[in-house]
Amino acid sequence: MSNLEKYNGVFVKVFNVDESCLNADFLAETVEKWDSITQMSLINQLEDCFEIMFEIDDIINFTSYEGGKEILKNYSVDI
Amino acid sequence: MDNEKRILEGKVALVTGASRGIGKCIAEELAKNGAIVYANARKDGSLDEWAGQFNHEFNAMINPIYFDVTDNDRMRKEVFEMWKQTKKINILVNNAGVEYNENIGMLNKEHILEMFSVNTFAVIELTQLIAKFMMRNNNGSIINIASVVARYGASGQSVYSATKGAVISFTKSAAKELGKYQIRVNAIAPGLNDTEMIMGTEPEYLQKRIDRIALGRIGKPMDVAKGAVFLASDMSEYLSGQVIGIDGAVSM
Repeated sequence: MSNLEKYNGVFVKVFNVDESCLNADFLAETVEKWDSITQMSLINQLEDCFEIMFEIDDIINFTSYEGGKEILKNYSVDI
Repeated sequence: MDNEKRILEGKVALVTGASRGIGKCIAEELAKNGAIVYANARKDGSLDEWAGQFNHEFNAMINPIYFDVTDNDRMRKEVFEMWKQTKKINILVNNAGVEYNENIGMLNKEHILEMFSVNTFAVIELTQLIAKFMMRNNNGSIINIASVVARYGASGQSVYSATKGAVISFTKSAAKELGKYQIRVNAIAPGLNDTEMIMGTEPEYLQKRIDRIALGRIGKPMDVAKGAVFLASDMSEYLSGQVIGIDGAVSM
């Protein structure tokens, strides 16, 4: 499974959305289900999936589907 | 120990400041009650001999884990390694602490910063770090070691008591915030305890303090450790956001 498939799989599971919804408009401020609880669930599942541990600043700044890909680069995870 | 009494069987615990005194005793009691305990100290290798002997003697599982609680990078690295090994963390005991007794007007800035760094900021940082892992399993008990002086105050301990008072406030709010993940957060406020921290205290002054304890004796690390086992176990599953005074009913 590619990193993109894994990444998308986490979003699909956490937000219970179809993969086709995942695009540049998938943002914390526009997705109703994206609250502090789903945020932590997203972070936890990404950490488990890629065996990484996010810095606190990256957790705070992880507020969009596309932005998350950029943050993961800091942990040597290329999506 | 009788298996029926191993109320923490299968649980994984991290205890900071476990090289001596209350922290060491808590680590031992959690392990005797069946928990897999990661006992923390600053100095690399300093707990290896004790842990090996203890595990052999009590068929226990104490694993030393070395980091300075004020060294965030090292702490994160070591906790992550622990997580990779265990895939669960059920119990956190924030015990590491430092104490300097100084009067107002002669408070040393370095000591102030050190006390807040170890006693307060490290508790917040480690709680934040460990809570993330507890959330994954929707389960956890965080036990913060505060102090009786945080509740009642004590001359010569204005800063120390402030650091512990902050821990109590943090405990209450963290319990509210983390409850939705079934993570309980409580504090223990020990009274005067027979540890290395009281070595050098003037005997007459010490006796005066003991005289104010209703149960008539100085506390022992085991008294606190028993409370920690209770808070760590499912026996306290509906108890959160509380400060348990283990002080022999002291009058300050």
